Formats: sequence, C-alpha cells, structure tokens
Amino acid sequence: MPDFITSYLGSKVTPGEAGNQFWALVYVFIIFAGVALTVMWLLNWIERKALAHFQVRLGPMRVGPHGLLQPFADALKLILKEDIIPTEADQFVFWVAPLIGLLASFTVYTVIPFGPSQAVSDMNIGILFMLGVSSLGVLGIVVAGWASNSHYPLIGALRSSAQMVSYEVAMGLAVVSAILMTSMNASGTGTLSMLGIVRAQQQQGIWFIFKFFPLGLIAFAIFAIAMVAETNRTPFDLAEAESELTAGYHTEYSGLRWSLFMLAEYAAMIAVSSIAVALWLGGWMHPFPNLLSSPTWEFIFSLFPGLTFVGVAAIAFIGAARMPSQSFFRIQRIGLAVFAALLGFIALVLLVIAVAGRSGDTSLAARFREGIDYVYWFLLKVAVFIYLFIWYRATWPRYRFDQLMRIGWKVMLPISLGVLMLTAIVGVIVS
Amino acid sequence: MSDRKNDSTTDVSVHSLANLDLETHEKPYLDSNELVINMGPQHPATHGVLRVILKLDGEKVLGTECIIGYLHRGVEKIGENRTYAMFNPYVDRMDYCAAVSNGLGYCEAVEKLMNVEAPPRAQYIRVILTELQRIASHQLWLGTHALDIGAMTPLFYTFRDREEILKIFERYCGARLTTHAFRIGGCQYETYAGFEKDVKNFLTFFAPKVDEYEALLTTNRIWLERTKNVGVISGADCIALGVTGPVLRASGVKWDLRKAQPYANYSKFDFEIPIGTNGDTYDRYLVRMAEMRQSLRIVEQAVNGIPEGPIMGKVPKVIKPPVGEIYHSIEAPKGELGYFIVSDGSTQPYRLRVRPPSFVNLQALDLMVRGALVADVVAVIGTIDIVLGEVDR
Repeated sequence: MPDFITSYLGSKVTPGEAGNQFWALVYVFIIFAGVALTVMWLLNWIERKALAHFQVRLGPMRVGPHGLLQPFADALKLILKEDIIPTEADQFVFWVAPLIGLLASFTVYTVIPFGPSQAVSDMNIGILFMLGVSSLGVLGIVVAGWASNSHYPLIGALRSSAQMVSYEVAMGLAVVSAILMTSMNASGTGTLSMLGIVRAQQQQGIWFIFKFFPLGLIAFAIFAIAMVAETNRTPFDLAEAESELTAGYHTEYSGLRWSLFMLAEYAAMIAVSSIAVALWLGGWMHPFPNLLSSPTWEFIFSLFPGLTFVGVAAIAFIGAARMPSQSFFRIQRIGLAVFAALLGFIALVLLVIAVAGRSGDTSLAARFREGIDYVYWFLLKVAVFIYLFIWYRATWPRYRFDQLMRIGWKVMLPISLGVLMLTAIVGVIVS
Repeated sequence: MSDRKNDSTTDVSVHSLANLDLETHEKPYLDSNELVINMGPQHPATHGVLRVILKLDGEKVLGTECIIGYLHRGVEKIGENRTYAMFNPYVDRMDYCAAVSNGLGYCEAVEKLMNVEAPPRAQYIRVILTELQRIASHQLWLGTHALDIGAMTPLFYTFRDREEILKIFERYCGARLTTHAFRIGGCQYETYAGFEKDVKNFLTFFAPKVDEYEALLTTNRIWLERTKNVGVISGADCIALGVTGPVLRASGVKWDLRKAQPYANYSKFDFEIPIGTNGDTYDRYLVRMAEMRQSLRIVEQAVNGIPEGPIMGKVPKVIKPPVGEIYHSIEAPKGELGYFIVSDGSTQPYRLRVRPPSFVNLQALDLMVRGALVADVVAVIGTIDIVLGEVDR
C-alpha cells in the first residue's frame, strides 16, 4: 500500500494533526455520510415517531415496518418535485441560500472531537472556528428570506437575524467560562482546541458541568438554551413560525431546496449538541472516568455499545413478533425481522470486539474497541440532546419576538456575564 | 433583475390594496415605511378562509382590515326558500363546530313563533347534547388556539377527548358533525339504549382531562407570556361592539343568556358563570376552561334528572306559524346566537336573519391587536374563537 495510507495507521492523533490529507479526507467522508444518513433517515424518523407518541398518535406507519422507510419516500418525493424559483426572486441568491446554510452546518463537523483521534483535525482555535462557522448558518436564512422577495420570508429573515444577535452573545460568554476552566492546571494555560478542552476535563478529573458547582451548571444551562435559539427550534422557532409566517424564511422554497434547509437544521442540531457535549459533558469520556477507571470497569463500559444494539435489535424483534398476522403485514414483518437481525449482527460484532480487545493494548481489536467506545459515548450524549430538542417541541408554545429579545439581552446576557466573572474569581482563589 | 424593486411597499399587490376603502385609518395605506401584508385566506392560523390585511411597522401592527365572505353560501336567503322543517339541517352548516347549539336555537325560535313547547324529556335531551357540544367546541378552540401559539400537543389531546363526545352524537343521531339532532317541537329520536351510561362515563372520563390540559398550559411560563395582557378589551368596549360569549365574560361582564334569559330548561340547573377580570387572552382561556367544568356540572344534573315521557310536542305535520316575528337567542359556545324570523303565515319564513356570535365578535379584532405584534394577531384570532362558516353564512 502506498505510504500515505499506511503511515497513519497506528497513530494516536487526528489525521489533521498527523498531516495526513488522505485519512483526513476519509474521515470527512465517513462523518459527512454518517451525518447525512443519520439526519435524513434516523433523526427524521425518530423525531416524527417520538413527537407522535408524545401526542397520542402513531406517526408514520405505512411505508416500511413502523414507517422506517418513510424518510426515504419523502426524500424521493422532494427530489422529484418541480424546482420552483419565483419570478420575482433574486435567482442567484435564491439558489445559493440553502447551500450557505448547509455548508455552514456541515463544516462544523471537521472539528467535532468524536474521540482523541476520531476527529478530522485538532484545530488550535477549534471552538472559535465552530462558533463562527455555525453562526454563518443564519446568513443562509437571512439571504433566503431576502432573495424570496416576499413578505413572510422577509419577516422571518429579520426575526432570525435579530434572534442570532441576541443569543450569540450569551452563548459566547457561556463558552468563554468553560474555556476559562481549562486553564485550571499547573501551567495555568487554557486551550481553545476542542480536543484540548475534553482533555482538560480528563486531566482535572471532572466534567465542566460539575466544576465550581453551580457555576459550570449555569453556564451549561445558558448554552443549552441559546443553542435551541441558534438552531431555530421550538420554543424559539420564530423564523419559521408556521402559524404566524406560514413557513417563515423558506415559504417560497419547495422540493430539494427546501429539504436542504431541513437537512441544515438537523445537522446544526447535532453540531451544537456536540459543542455542549465537548465543553461540559466530558466529550468522549464514559461516566465517572476518574472513579471507575479500573480494567474491570473499562471492560463493563466497553460492553455498552454492543448492549445498546442488542436492546434496539430486541425492540425490533418484539415489533416484528407483534405485527398483526394478516397477510398484508407479512412483508413488513419479514422486513422488520431482517432489520432486527442486521442490528443483532452489529451488536454481535461490537460485543466480539469488546471481548477480544480486552486483553492486549496494542492489538487491532483493542484499538477498534477504544475507538468505538469513544464515539459511542460521545454520540450517546448527543442523542440525549436530540431527544431534548424533540421533547421541547412537543411541550412548549412559541416565544414572541420581543420576549425572545428580552430574555436574550436582559436575562441570559447578565447571568452569563456574572457566571464568567465568578468563574474567573473562583479560579484565581482556587489556584 | 433590473426591474426588481427593493422597496417592498411598491409592488403590484399593494397597489391593489391601496384602492380599498380604508377610511378608518388616519394615514393612507401607501406609506414607504409601512409593510402591508395579506394574512389569509390561505393561512394556517386564520381558522378557515378569513383574510386579514395587516399594516405593519416592522413587526408592530398599525391596523387591520378583515375581509370576509369567502365561505358565503347565502344561508339566510336559502331559509326563505325552504319550509321551516327543511331549513333545520342548514343551520348545522353555519357553526359546524357547534351544530347542536345552532339547531337548538333555530328549533326554539320556531317553537316560540308557533307558541308550542317541547316536552320535558326532550328539553333534558337537548340540554345534555347542547352542553356536550359546548365542551366539544371549547376543545376545538383550545387545540387550535394552542397550536396557533406554537404548542402542538394540546391539539391532539383535545381531539382525542372530543372523539368521545362525537361518538355519543353518532350513536344518538347517526352524524358526528352536522348532527341535525333536534326537530321543531322536540327531538326526533328517542335516546338509544345506554345513552345515559355513555354520558355518565364521559363525565368521569373527561373531568381529569381538563386538568390535563391545564397542566400543559395554565402555569406554563411561555403560555403566560404569550397570553397575558395580549388582546385586552374592556367590558365597555365589548358591549359597544356587541361582543358576547366568553370574550365578554372574560372582560368582567357577567352576561350569560342561560342565566339572563333562561331558555330550554336551564333555570332548573345549578351552575356558575365564570368571569375574568383583565379581558386579556389568558382570562378568556381561563373562562373557557371553567366553562367546560360548568358544562360538566349541568350535564351531570341533567342526566341524573332526565324524566320519562314523550319527546315530541304537539306540532302539526306541516309547520305554518302564525303571522308575526320573533327574535330568539341562545348562549352558543361562542356567544349570543340569535334567530330573527318573520312569518307571513306560509310554510316558509318571509325573512330569516341569523345573529352569529363569531361575526360580531370578529369586529373586536382590530381593537384588540392595534399596537401588538404579528404573533399576537394569530393569538387573538384564536382567542376570539371564530368559525368562518358562521361569520360568512
């Protein structure tokens, strides 16, 4: 094999840090494909299903067993739809707007630390890059609203820009207080690198959400609120506010372009959740990394990915067994059973890797086990946030424009400023 | 791109709006600083085909103009060309969310004109069904109102529970929505076997459900912020505009036709009229929630006291009321629903006029949303609880 492929194998740093463009590109493709598939299929299905069950209904049930193929049917429909650009719209800007949003939310993934070496790159200004690029997403919304040359999208775009201005500040300050915490070490130097922030939590033996209790928790709470506003989700979904602005900034969009906006929104949800996980929830670390670090515990935690898939496979099997016995459902039953078998196979592979990788530290299985572990714990924490996003949507009404601004400027900004100052003071006293 | 106009107030649609007669506004509509947008008739939150022209300064509403008539079917004119009995199903199509109440008002008006009275058993059946209809109508209002404000879930909860009421209607008269439940002089159908059991089951089933709705909304901070001090209207303004129903009562005026001018046999039942103090959207919400509980009380008393006996009064086969005119109004879920019937002694009304609560209440929209934000407009449209079938008739 060529040298540029083999040289990276066995390395314990990110491909970007190792200077290996080939593997960096491979990672980019894996992450983008993974995110696109997750977003398009899994997230779409889970959101509709979970929302439906919150609301005493079944959700998609027809296309595929329990509607599992519904997202694909929808995607096909959206791709085949007529591509409409209003005559009054600014053609080029109208065309480019969804791409801006999509690019912004996908570029963020290049610095998300799924594991110590499971990231595309370890940028030394990772968090700044992340905040900057994810804020660009709003440009897509504003530009879309303006280019539509229509009233409702224009109002949606204006709302979105005002919303971003008032929430970015509090969000940034909350992030700064987390960054301050990374400097609580012997040398007294902090870091802006995403991996560095997670490593700092590892070294200090505490997730930053619990650091200087309750300061870390408050900063985290502010970020958790601001990130909902950042992604335009309920209760801050003013920019698209269906009952007020029909569809807000994307009223004039249809078909594939519209789906790009949706893709960008979901991708942004995962991206901001990843920031929160990396900054406050210990990134790729499993729970209680400082207490439960004996080999036995390591082994128990490494079983979790496999057991999760066992659980999902079991749910799918039960679903297949409980299908009505009419012949109409036979294909669905077979399909669900095959799906369950697939999940079960994945579970088996994961468990085998976990058991095989237990002994040696250098074997390929051990390296795989470690990588799977890191990515699993990271994604599990992100999944909790995604569930919260869906839960919010099912529970809360929508804020009004002026109330949103008031909360951003009069409540969250002072609190985050106070938390920042207190963190600094406590940090100086402690060290 | 060269002919693109960045000034949004000079495009074609606004020119046509500027020709409208809008004398009520001090300034002319065409102003370079204001944005005129058209909400409806196809809009998710206008509850049908209401069209509201909004004059906006940014997000602030400077004025509104309601354009109605998209669902006009000429119900009143149809009434002049149908016999009294034939017209009865048409009234169900006005407020199709409260068809039973519409039917009660019409039947009672004609009965009053003919000077006959429905027998006691029929009266009790009427009260039970009408109060169930009031609950169903308020459920529909709650679900759509919450959806307008952004809360999706209450809609599905209320529709789940409304289904139980519709099932009772369906078992009683075969229809769920446009029921045609009553006849002039009483009821056509005797109650089905198990009617009383069904109603009693509903009473025990529904009482905790109201608490469930309230748990979702009543103390929800976002709900409070979105509804408190939004769309405030004073009792005096309500009376001046002729606004009735929960909107009037939420402004502190204790006026309920069931107590003020008892019709059917409402005087036999013990219930309270919930009133509000501020006249804002939140008070209207509380009033309607309390009304649901009061309706449950009335239904409970009625179903326990329902007497045996005939269900039709002494009404001739061909209904020919004597020459004269009558105005009879009832407390429909949305307000005072009145029927004015002029009889020339023939089998058809000479003139039939309906006083629809939604139509009259809708007039208050402009007063309630001036100076508010766009988001409040949908909240206020929801809180007035309009049904366009009734507004346009």
